[in-house]
Amino acid sequence: MYFARRLTFAIPLLLVISALAFALVHLAPGGPFDRERAPASPEIERNLKAAYHLDEPVWKQYLRFFGLVWQKGATGHWHHEPASFNISYKYRSHRVSDIIGQALPVSMTLGALAFGFAMGVGLPLGFITAARRGSWPDYAGSFLAILAVCVPGFVVGPLLILVFSVKLHWLPVALWESPAHMILPAIALGLFFSGKIARLFREGMLTAAQSEFIAAARAKGLGENLLLLKHAVRIAILPVVSFSGPMLADLLTGSFVIENIFQIPGIGVFFINSALNSDYTVAVDLALLYAILLVVLNLIVDFSYTRLDPRVKYE
Amino acid sequence: MWRNVFFHLLISAVVFLTSGCLHRETPADITIINNAEPESLDPAIISGIPEFRIVIGLFEGLTRLDPKTAQPIPGLAQSWDVSPDGCTYTFHLRIHLVWSTGEPITADDVVYSWLRAASPATASDYAGAFFYLKNGEAFVTGKIKNRSLVGIHALDRRTVRVELNHPTAFFLDLCALPVMSIVPRQTIEKYGDRWLMAQPLPVSGPFELAYWRPNDKVRFKKNPLYWDAANTQSQIIDILPLGSPDTALNLYENAQADIVLDRTLVPGELLDVLRKRPDFHPFNYLGTYFIRLNVTKKPFDDPRVRRALALAIDKKLIVTKITRGGEVLAATLVPPWTANYASPPGLGYDPVLARQLLAEAGYPGGKGFPRFEYMFDAAAGGGSKLHQDIAIELQQMWRDNLGIQMDLRQVEWKVLLSSYSDLAYEAARSSWIGDYDDANTFLDCFTSQNGNNRTGWKNPRYDTLINQANAQADLKKREQLFRQAETLLIHDEMPIIPIFYYVGLNYFDTNKIQGFYQNILDDHPLEYLRKVSPKPKVQSPD
Amino acid sequence: MSEQKPAQGLPDKNAWRRFQKNRPAVVSAWFLAFLLLIVIAWPVLLKISSANFAQLHNPDQLSDAQFSAPSLQHWFGTDLHGRDLFSRVLFGAQISLLVGVVGAIVSLVIGVLWGAVAGYVGGRVDAVLMRIVDVLYSLPSIIFVIVLITTLGGLLKQSHLVQNSPALEGALRVTLLFVGLGAVSWLTMARIVRGQVLSLRTRAFVEASRALGGGPVRILARHIIPNIFGVVITYLALTMPAIILYESFLSYLGLGVQAPMASWGTLISDGVSQINPIRIYWWMIIFPGGVLVATLLALNFLGDGLRDAWDVKGR
Repeated sequence: MYFARRLTFAIPLLLVISALAFALVHLAPGGPFDRERAPASPEIERNLKAAYHLDEPVWKQYLRFFGLVWQKGATGHWHHEPASFNISYKYRSHRVSDIIGQALPVSMTLGALAFGFAMGVGLPLGFITAARRGSWPDYAGSFLAILAVCVPGFVVGPLLILVFSVKLHWLPVALWESPAHMILPAIALGLFFSGKIARLFREGMLTAAQSEFIAAARAKGLGENLLLLKHAVRIAILPVVSFSGPMLADLLTGSFVIENIFQIPGIGVFFINSALNSDYTVAVDLALLYAILLVVLNLIVDFSYTRLDPRVKYE
Repeated sequence: MWRNVFFHLLISAVVFLTSGCLHRETPADITIINNAEPESLDPAIISGIPEFRIVIGLFEGLTRLDPKTAQPIPGLAQSWDVSPDGCTYTFHLRIHLVWSTGEPITADDVVYSWLRAASPATASDYAGAFFYLKNGEAFVTGKIKNRSLVGIHALDRRTVRVELNHPTAFFLDLCALPVMSIVPRQTIEKYGDRWLMAQPLPVSGPFELAYWRPNDKVRFKKNPLYWDAANTQSQIIDILPLGSPDTALNLYENAQADIVLDRTLVPGELLDVLRKRPDFHPFNYLGTYFIRLNVTKKPFDDPRVRRALALAIDKKLIVTKITRGGEVLAATLVPPWTANYASPPGLGYDPVLARQLLAEAGYPGGKGFPRFEYMFDAAAGGGSKLHQDIAIELQQMWRDNLGIQMDLRQVEWKVLLSSYSDLAYEAARSSWIGDYDDANTFLDCFTSQNGNNRTGWKNPRYDTLINQANAQADLKKREQLFRQAETLLIHDEMPIIPIFYYVGLNYFDTNKIQGFYQNILDDHPLEYLRKVSPKPKVQSPD
Repeated sequence: MSEQKPAQGLPDKNAWRRFQKNRPAVVSAWFLAFLLLIVIAWPVLLKISSANFAQLHNPDQLSDAQFSAPSLQHWFGTDLHGRDLFSRVLFGAQISLLVGVVGAIVSLVIGVLWGAVAGYVGGRVDAVLMRIVDVLYSLPSIIFVIVLITTLGGLLKQSHLVQNSPALEGALRVTLLFVGLGAVSWLTMARIVRGQVLSLRTRAFVEASRALGGGPVRILARHIIPNIFGVVITYLALTMPAIILYESFLSYLGLGVQAPMASWGTLISDGVSQINPIRIYWWMIIFPGGVLVATLLALNFLGDGLRDAWDVKGR
């Protein structure tokens, strides 16, 4: 079975990624216990590093990450050392799984809403610009779509807040408490992708319009609009579908910029901060989380492909 | 068909997620904007100001600080006796002290808490506070293992005796530090690193931890069993972690937050406008912004060069043009509002003398002076760019006044910290916030062995003076010794160049919030905070 | 793939003709040329102009004219330090455009070589090379970039090469940023080129050349690479905006170019903090933001024009 095979291939992929991420974060200078205030004596820092096994060689720390270390105890017995993947060096009161368990649903909700916004705006925009190719709605629509991919998110966010929250008082300025709080961040996050989708869909529509079986349908005398709707859309959606995999992986794992501007307790800030703070295990955990999401989403994408396009088959 | 299935899955996923993370919960009485997400709420581990502000609500020490004056007042200890030589303190705990879970708080808990924080296994950054105890330093550094040798003992259930090495003028201030607060033994021993997540979590302070969601909020609820619970004014207090000044201002302006605590959360560009508003409350803060010079590197090994650099800085321009918060120019390390101490005179702005000194050091007109780097930490995610802005001005001042070239080197926070401790920098921005209201909290940093020295500057005479001062019971004589030491530091030798003393800023509306006081430690006990319903306001066009 | 491809040599004339008919693309090309001209000419102009004018417009000259609004003296106003914003935007353009061009070229060179080798050699080599691409795809690129910038920056500082030449160090540090950004954006290029090469490999003219005794290097250089010219140039125009945006994101994170040097990213992130409910120094966001968005729009239109003209598909 094709999909089962794909999933088994994912395991070595994840191993390589974890090793790579582990090596990368350990390469960066500084450690998780560097503080503005120096410890009262060098022994304290040494103790701290030893307590979290940061004084071990990196390969051993990597094995420890997965709980693959056995140590000879004082009594001469070998005993299993607990895995370290669930420990955060920076937030020592929390388990990584608790942090992810709390922050990921928030990011996923926001990501799903942003995805909805991106599709809801991008697909119609792509359709209109394709159906009216060469006319002013096409130019205006295409311009908007490109504009959306050109403005940095850290500019869009504050502008939306200024207009809709501060000036018009329609929506809350920040925080994550009610559905109303979700609207602005979802738009700010989804805007870039809506432009991307509009462009992809327009392209797909134009390609589909030239393809042979649309010509055949046209010969059968079906009306132009209906024709586009019925047949072209099915094909034109394919590039959008294949882009959806990586796009969703990005959206669902949160955005540093949006979470920072709107003060949303999501997982996106942890991606950046864990790397900046040398919170090794969290950085690697999140890299793995991202990779797993990507694998799963790409599988879903390929599965949808077989349903959408009868020409595609996986053996 | 499959499309319907997919659609249903999507819808139910969205509904599930939405319901999963929207908590319809009682609104807080007061919402406070703090700075960064607390790394920990364990009093023995924390070392940052945002953490301190939260932890003082949960765990109390033998003393606590008066909200108006920041002087120590009785906390869990009702009273204390000091021996005539000033070296032995006998603390008497309050009667009927209990944890929030109802068990009694005893003298053994105090001893446990202190020894835990001092223990090498805990590796507390603030363990230096225990160096003043008899055998404290040896215990912290692991040289002695026997706990009973350390100068703290329970005499009975309500009495604790503490023995010190010297009479220590600020010892009662130290007792109010979080690292010396009283923590629940059973819970810690049962849950280890994650004891703060225990349910229920026994606390000794005025508030219980209702929950702590990373990057979201810390919620406090009133501890009804706190000894002074009758005077706790609010039932629920929310504390938000927040790094962006613009978001903080937006939330405050839209009445989604009542108090903004941190100076760094005030957008610098707006200070000229904001400072004039009635809800902005500046105060003198026990902190100093300064430049570190690495005296182990040429040409900074020459005191004349260091003094020349200091004399060539127009601090007034930095304060009026860049910081704009009404900061006071600093010629010394210890702020003028520190108790029992007046600093000796330092160096002012004198470009002519600066050029002369540089010429004496062999660099007339800056000729032959090597290019060097000035290191500072970057602002991430819309945070304050203060350090960079100051660096840009310094670059021009030193170029114009001394004819020397300095490059800016912006690094990530942890890179700056590791450069400090490895002495892998030439000049770097820095600052120090006092832990307690005494000159020692600043001057002690620059003794030869102190980990916070970080300049490579070692001066035996300075060390001797600081030691003598700390062994001195007479406050006047102590001040004289400190003054001599500080003269070495900021007049003769200058491993550091003070720029300005911090001004703290809090914003809150005095018509709405009561019980919020300002003191030089920026210490704000949360139990006094009270929200009063404002008088019906006339709709103002805004 | 399109059916009528020229057998070899330079891009065909029809493509140019099609391109010239695309009005937005042509306007964009002129805009970019104009921008480039000013960006290059401005420093020269400052050198030859009167000392007073040069002083006033020196991008690094501090003055007391803090936050002055646009005027005849300072066309784009001034910033916190009283520096001329017009000059800073133009000098920032040097950095941002250079980041875009160099980053895109780096990603192009790696991507084309990687993809061409994978596609041409095929078999096990192809599998290995493409698995590597898969792995890197699944690694959040920001971790890679953060580590690269912090680590290599530190190594650079210690190396003897730059010990005595801070100017060289500064240049190398900027180069590092370019290369880093290029190094994380070559993956898509590698996949596209591989696909193109795979389809070209079996085509008649390549088979013919092989039959005539052409070696792989010769075939790659003479037939394959010229034939993917269209893809490459299109991709270049579309990668540049992405890299420029990425640079602005890094500046927002505080990982961008070193002050007092400016890039559009640092200027915009300075400007964004001006968006607040109390007072807005609008020129600090409008001008750098406007120039950035206009440039990215132009690059996108140009890229679209090139793609349509060369009939490139399968992005």
